[in-house]
Amino acid sequence: MTAVEDPITTTAIGTPMKRREDPKLLAGEGKYVDDIHVVGQLWMGMVRSPLAHARITSIDTSAAEAAEGVHSVLTGPQLQEMGLWLAPLPCAWPVTEDMVNPPHYPTAIDEVHHVGEIVAVVLADSRYGAADAAEQVIVDYEPLDAVASIAAARDGSATAHSEHETNKAFHWPLVPDPDALEAAFANPAHHVKANFVQQRLIPAAMEPRGVLAVPSPMGGDVTLYSATQVPHILKVMIAATTGIPESKIRVVAPAVGGGFGAKLNINPDEILAVTLANRLGRAVRWTESRSEAAFSTHQGRGQLQTIELAADADGKLQGVRVHIDADMGAYMMLITPGVPLLGSFLYTGVYDVPAFGFTCDGYFTNLTPTDAYRGAGRPEASYAIERAMDILAAQVGIGPDEIRRRNYLAGGEYFENLEVPSTLVFDSGHYGPNLDRALELADYDGLRAEQARRRAAGESKQLGIGMVTYVEICGLAPSRALGGLSYGAGGWEHATVRLLPTGKAEVVSGSTPHGQGHETTWSQIVADKLGIPPEDVTVLHSDTAISPLGLDTYGSRSLAVGGVAIAAACDKVVEKAKQIAAHQMEASADDLEFAGGMFSVSGSPDQAMPIQAIAFGAFTAHNLPDGMEPNLQEQVTFDPTNFVFPFGTHVCAVEIDEDTGAVELLSYVAVDDCGNQINPMIVEGQVHGGIVQGVAQALFEEACYDEDGNLTNPSMMDYLVPSAADVPSMVTDYTVTPSTSNPLGVKGAGEAGTISSAAAVMNAVVDALSPYGVVDMDMPATPQRVWRTINEAKGGQA
Amino acid sequence: MIPAAFDYQVADSADAAIAALAEHGDDAKLLAGGHSLIPLMRFRLATPGVVVDIGRISDLSYINDGGDHVAIGAMTTHRAIETSELLATEAPLLRHVAGQVGDPQVRHRGTLGGSLAHGDPASDLPAALLAHGGVLVARGPGGEREIAASDFFTGFLETALAGDEIITEIRIPKAAGVGWSYQKFNRRAQDWAIVGAAVMLGDAPKVALVNMGSAPMRHSGVEAGLAGGGGADAASVAGDDTDPPEDLNADAEYRKHLARVLVGRGITEASG
Repeated sequence: MTAVEDPITTTAIGTPMKRREDPKLLAGEGKYVDDIHVVGQLWMGMVRSPLAHARITSIDTSAAEAAEGVHSVLTGPQLQEMGLWLAPLPCAWPVTEDMVNPPHYPTAIDEVHHVGEIVAVVLADSRYGAADAAEQVIVDYEPLDAVASIAAARDGSATAHSEHETNKAFHWPLVPDPDALEAAFANPAHHVKANFVQQRLIPAAMEPRGVLAVPSPMGGDVTLYSATQVPHILKVMIAATTGIPESKIRVVAPAVGGGFGAKLNINPDEILAVTLANRLGRAVRWTESRSEAAFSTHQGRGQLQTIELAADADGKLQGVRVHIDADMGAYMMLITPGVPLLGSFLYTGVYDVPAFGFTCDGYFTNLTPTDAYRGAGRPEASYAIERAMDILAAQVGIGPDEIRRRNYLAGGEYFENLEVPSTLVFDSGHYGPNLDRALELADYDGLRAEQARRRAAGESKQLGIGMVTYVEICGLAPSRALGGLSYGAGGWEHATVRLLPTGKAEVVSGSTPHGQGHETTWSQIVADKLGIPPEDVTVLHSDTAISPLGLDTYGSRSLAVGGVAIAAACDKVVEKAKQIAAHQMEASADDLEFAGGMFSVSGSPDQAMPIQAIAFGAFTAHNLPDGMEPNLQEQVTFDPTNFVFPFGTHVCAVEIDEDTGAVELLSYVAVDDCGNQINPMIVEGQVHGGIVQGVAQALFEEACYDEDGNLTNPSMMDYLVPSAADVPSMVTDYTVTPSTSNPLGVKGAGEAGTISSAAAVMNAVVDALSPYGVVDMDMPATPQRVWRTINEAKGGQA
Repeated sequence: MIPAAFDYQVADSADAAIAALAEHGDDAKLLAGGHSLIPLMRFRLATPGVVVDIGRISDLSYINDGGDHVAIGAMTTHRAIETSELLATEAPLLRHVAGQVGDPQVRHRGTLGGSLAHGDPASDLPAALLAHGGVLVARGPGGEREIAASDFFTGFLETALAGDEIITEIRIPKAAGVGWSYQKFNRRAQDWAIVGAAVMLGDAPKVALVNMGSAPMRHSGVEAGLAGGGGADAASVAGDDTDPPEDLNADAEYRKHLARVLVGRGITEASG
């Protein structure tokens, strides 16, 4: 035992440590689902519908069955007859009691409802054999009228499901005070009404989805390896859907190469693999090809928004009224109908709005289902309010910065636990200084001067400046709040922390990474809490046999819920260790201090024990307090009492080449506030990636469908995911306003970039074109669209 | 993304490749760098019964001084072209355009002969060849023949190459000191051109367009304007006599507009 004169405090938290995950991933040693192979495995080949809406009149599988290496070919009706499942694929978020929810089985039975829906499954010895045989299955269809857009769904002359009389799935209102809302819009000095289109997006994670189900020949157990964000939720839902007891299901999410919400679902292929493996006693696998992914994995966005602002003569908001029509696609998947609701609370943004109302109609179409995609409802909301605020600023005749300052909650000053009209309580905020910092870093005045110069000179390359001040809801979620929204699960997270006999720590995380760097971040928290080096911390996760309790990763929740659970479990470990230290040093626990991994007696610094020695003592159990259980292992399930509300300001500049319509993003400044940071390097990576995903929506990406419901750009040649070469270097900075919702004071950073950047870029595009009287433009701002808009605005040939 | 079954043969010489083509006829496809053929096979848009791999024919990869021209082996990669010192002086347009194809991984695999034989109207290198007034050397069972670039591209993914011929060499007339420009317009850095324009000035100015018709094309109207001293104004007819494709990125009207803008910029840059 040595005296501790200079205890080490907080060495890991707040340090931009390099991710411990990366060397393996960069060297190609990451083990993804598609890298795992077992003897005797069968490949599934999916026969998919080429039509968006049709009745299946016959299926001829004889040629496929006769093909070499084919085990069997199973049609939808045959699979249904096998009794592999008890219930359709689950929708966990029935947003209203009367929500229409047509049954969604893993395969179509007699009618297909979107291109790519599975109508039969081939099981074969090889992937290529399965693909060849799938092509030999002959399906006859009787085509039905397809509903290929929200407009067509509203029109209702055709219905996406033949048995329905209308395409409307639900109507969901959030109008806390209808009278106040009506009064606000009775006779406002300024009235803005704008319509925005949130085009459908294809999530396009680097790793496509894939499954491998391995039955255990002796026990009837089945292990599913899946490229999923949600192994725990998947396990529960497999049990509920198939009737296989939860105790007989193990779900493993090995290395997962990105998700962005697209791996937050219960997919047909997952249920097929598990049930067929279980029934056949052979491993069953499938990996989606990149072009298959455009149909077999859900898409994001797909909304038509109408937002109205009422403001007084100074531009001070009096009311915000919103209606959206949301494209569900062909079926309700896990949280399809809930996505618009997640955004509903954010249509008042960071602003003090006395009256608020939101309504949403969900519609079925004959398109691939929609569901969560990075931000899930919140980027849409942020886009609408932030675009509308720019339109209001122009009406009032003030700058976009000034309209925001005039409307900030708490006047832009610090606040905490503030109730906003959408009924939420924002944990903390301090918007004014955040805006100041962003404008300073962007050299906002300099940009405006350069813009004025170019305009005066009539240059062909014009400058546009856009800003966004956003807030988001994350840290999903307080379980009671989710219950209030009719969501079918809680929002807690579980953690176990063990200090092993040799003094190394083992952490079992319920939240599961798919690229976020949980292992690194968790090791930093544990290192500081237990006073041990980060490299002495091992993080276990993503396997329900190792981590039986958890609610996984989405909604920027991992740190604000799961990280807090880990910190609390560490506190319990330290508390127990302190009792042991006190016992062994024959001191009162109240007199012990813990710092830098050492327990020392107050006033007698030479009396000290390192926590590693306590760990060994807890293991030998030779000398523990009476009645104390051996070992140092503690569990915590943390259920937050409130969400967290990160915020920030993004400012960007675009250059528009008026001769070609090309938009070039010149500079991008992001000043985010996600509360306290554990690893600033990981935060920065999240911010960068998030920004690019929003820029992608603004300038590049759109899932395009023809009127028959065919996706016309399913390949990566046509669906334009931008690369690093297409975006400028970004400038990032932070303000720090700790959350009051959790003891770490952390918020969340995974979705913030996406929630802000689409609107920032489009505000800049419209700003550049404002001298021509342009007030809005749909996304993506393609060169052709920009060129045509300029032409039309100039009164020239369209 | 899973190709249909096919047989695979390796040809270790040009003559072996020609023999394989003679044997299998239309059922065979040559595999060079694979960056055009393999995507088509993965989408099952091409289902050749036999793939003849010519990627190991090492004596078709070279860049040599041929006196009045530079001789480039058909299997020379885009990367070798974009880094060639000889081409830097004698055919800088071709060298520059090779560096505009795809990304570095593509350029290390893709070959000049493969790109030209594919004849895609949206690809960059055919335009460079046309603007240079290059010549292709084709070899078949009956021996070698020369085909002028302007006679080579005959339709959508169709060329003057016979079914049993392969390209062995590309000859580029030396063009040291001649003004040139390549204007490529696309939405992402590594994409195919929505429209491209290659300009070579000199005694007989040549202008070639990318993605403005069913085949790579020269534009005689612009060339006539340039020859008549029209300068950048010659670009005003760049949209005439074209039949551009329409897709999600651009309709025909917009492509014609882009052609005028890009040709104008090209002429200005080449004249600078």
